[in-house]
Amino acid sequence: MPKKRFDPLEALATTPLAKAVASSSIGKSVATKLGVPPSVELRRGRNNPGGAISLAELNNSTLTRRTLQLLGLFTINPVIDTPDARTLGEAGRPVPPGYEGRLGALVLDLTELRAVTDLEYVRGVLRPAIRALERSGRIIFVARTPETFDELEPRVLAQGLDGLNRTVAKELRGGATSNLVWVDPETTPQALASTLRFLLEGRSAYVDGQSWRVGAAEVADDVATSVRPYAGTIVAVTGAARGIGAAIARTFARDGATVVGVDIPASGEALARVVNEIHGTALQLDITLPDAGERIAAHVAERYGEDARLYAIIHNAGITRDRMLANLDEKGWAAVLDVNLAAQLRMNASLLDGRAGGLADGGSIVGISSTSGIAGNKGQANYATSKAAIAGLVRAMAPRLADRRITINAVGPGFIETEMTAAIPYLQRQIFQRSNSLAQGGKPVDVAETIAYLADPASAAVTGQVVRVCGQALVGQ
Amino acid sequence: MTDRTAVVVGGNRIPFARSHGAYRQASNIDMLTAAIDGLAARFGLSGHRVGEVVGGAVLKHSRDFNLTREAVLGSSLDPHTAACDLQQACATGLEATIYVSNKIRLGQLVDGIAGGADSVSDTPMSVSDGLRRALLAANAAKTLPARLAAISSIRPGHLVPDPPGITEPRTGLSMGEHQALTTSRWGIGRTEQDEVALASHQNLARAWGEGFFDDLVTPYLGVTKDQGVRVDTTLEKLGALKPVFGRGEGATMTAGNSTGFFDGAAVTYLADADYAAEHHLPALARIVDVEVAAGDYTLGGEDLLLAPTYAIPRLLERNHLLWQDFDYYEIHEAFAATVLATLAALNDEAYCRSTLGLSGALGEIDRSRLNVNGSSLAAGHPFAATGGRIVPALAKLLHQRGTVDGRPARGIVSICAAGGQGAVAILEAC
Repeated sequence: MPKKRFDPLEALATTPLAKAVASSSIGKSVATKLGVPPSVELRRGRNNPGGAISLAELNNSTLTRRTLQLLGLFTINPVIDTPDARTLGEAGRPVPPGYEGRLGALVLDLTELRAVTDLEYVRGVLRPAIRALERSGRIIFVARTPETFDELEPRVLAQGLDGLNRTVAKELRGGATSNLVWVDPETTPQALASTLRFLLEGRSAYVDGQSWRVGAAEVADDVATSVRPYAGTIVAVTGAARGIGAAIARTFARDGATVVGVDIPASGEALARVVNEIHGTALQLDITLPDAGERIAAHVAERYGEDARLYAIIHNAGITRDRMLANLDEKGWAAVLDVNLAAQLRMNASLLDGRAGGLADGGSIVGISSTSGIAGNKGQANYATSKAAIAGLVRAMAPRLADRRITINAVGPGFIETEMTAAIPYLQRQIFQRSNSLAQGGKPVDVAETIAYLADPASAAVTGQVVRVCGQALVGQ
Repeated sequence: MTDRTAVVVGGNRIPFARSHGAYRQASNIDMLTAAIDGLAARFGLSGHRVGEVVGGAVLKHSRDFNLTREAVLGSSLDPHTAACDLQQACATGLEATIYVSNKIRLGQLVDGIAGGADSVSDTPMSVSDGLRRALLAANAAKTLPARLAAISSIRPGHLVPDPPGITEPRTGLSMGEHQALTTSRWGIGRTEQDEVALASHQNLARAWGEGFFDDLVTPYLGVTKDQGVRVDTTLEKLGALKPVFGRGEGATMTAGNSTGFFDGAAVTYLADADYAAEHHLPALARIVDVEVAAGDYTLGGEDLLLAPTYAIPRLLERNHLLWQDFDYYEIHEAFAATVLATLAALNDEAYCRSTLGLSGALGEIDRSRLNVNGSSLAAGHPFAATGGRIVPALAKLLHQRGTVDGRPARGIVSICAAGGQGAVAILEAC
């Protein structure tokens, strides 16, 4: 057992006044949000849930079933709560039917959701599943992208699932998550496989209450099911010397990539340590140089041959220069916008112009947005602007890169425990850490896993998406 | 045996730090390991078996008898990488380069790392000869009385530890004192020495500013740049310093135009040209030819630090080159006056005829080609690390220059060393 630290929040929470406040409904919510019960250790890595995967299919939809079969995953039938299925418990109260043992995941295929009356089925399968869900269990909704419907009712119902998903995520306990996947009529099991696998596995530990779209793309069976998707590829990661960047580099290397770690020359020592550990190469480079993209491409061509191309570029490097707008001068404004946004635009332009060592067709770009960019954050005008722009960038560029089969996506990290966030004062950090549905901070690897999923060749149908890795932070969407 | 081409692929060093400063807790092994690891990261050598790693240190602990091998084992290189220690005072790094490039040219290695490290902060000290003899005798004694007799021979004076020699054992003069003799013999003035020092600082500062060292240096222990470089120094500031070597009127050598004590490590990655091409390794410059020389500074009264003037003409003749045929000259700045005396000697009719046995003086060179990105006066001079600082930087310069008048750009490295020795090498752009 780790030695128990003095926890001022807990100390506060045990005072008589706090107890009185906590017994009120708002107080209860605050106390829960502040995580007075200690947070659970999340399931991580390429690990499936321990319990069974229940598959609920509405109106004879088959996409999810075929996808799980492709992944070699066995499923059980859902237990459905209907008035007839209930039994009488103690004190004569009706008890909904239950699963035998703990449930690993419930996957709901709602692609054929057409009428408001269909929603009763959704409630019926959710109720027993939520009661049986194991720690770090999963609820996964698969539904049609609202815009792909012409008829009104299915379209608004699909949108309604977004609110349902976010609510389920907030009600789940014990590190369990709920997420919603939008699919198109053309989406195949091969195109959907990487997303369902990611959501079921521990790799998606800190992704909660989110929804994003899986479109259509040709994905071969062996690509869709590969567990070492980056074998034989070269992936560049900026800001790779420490924190989230180092975790990204390690995650891509674990999945087979040769990693080019990029960081400013002053971080060279830490960068060397990371790339030597994963047998990559280091490029000491300030990404704000006008020719940074050219230099990355030149490094790839020089180290790996004239014919070598980058499979992916992960724009992780970013800085903060926090100041209230009232105190923000042009330097603090420009520095953040240059590193976090302008440099990325320049590098993308160079890497996409077909040069030796540039980005290959069929490759991938992943940027880092942020909760601050999505929700706004006091004192971070520069940072929030740059990060919201990154979300805009991926949405705008996705259709333009489609003919080259290049995907572009972003992640939006919430509170991630790094050297940087460790410097935040204790009490403030506790509040940040616990202001999300999982009542804990994320780890750098959680962001890295999500990026690796988005860049995966098997995720060719996922583009223009921003996936938050925030444990369903209280702020933002 | 084959006749292969040895090329410089690149290099890496840690920033050179003032002694007793940022690296005071770092040993030679630590620093050499860091230099190797930075190189491995740059070229993707982690887990790779390099043919051989050759290096050394001038100030070396006796326990570091396998300094280079220990550094390899502590690094990310494949532990099956062989290593060899070598020492030639301040020319250690360049001599290591010669050793590796020769093995490559003979087909005995396809790749190798050459370098060195030196720490003045972690200087080895030994016990006095008197104490050492007494302790050895006591250890060898078979009876208690014999042991007591051995120990009783220890005198208080024996207990003073011996720091490493900073003087030439055969003359009792320090290197600075030797150079002061040379400086005055060649009539090298104070101002011209200060000008060399100023140029060194300005050139090095400019090169850092341009990012020239971004792929030659990896930070270490929080130090990101050479600590010796003084961006703001001026001739006035240099001129105000008091002389530290020499006497009276002839005392022109100051802390500003002499190298101070520094800690650091540097390595050069060399490979067979074909191997480099096959393995996507850059070939910056080829090692054309090398020469080492020594002068009789003890009885012959020759200059301690002008041994390169013996090596250079021999090397030029063998390669059918003139002293003016180089696009870059890298002459190690042990002292500003060493560089100036070397140039003066090679331009001196009498010296070249009588001492070097040449038909005439080699002449002058274009000084704008000399130490163009600074040298030891600004960068600092951790003795065995200097060769590994100069060779990759010169190779990069040559590669950037490409060709001159239709021939590959050409450079020469000259490093003087204690014991009246010197090592010189010619490199040509690939």
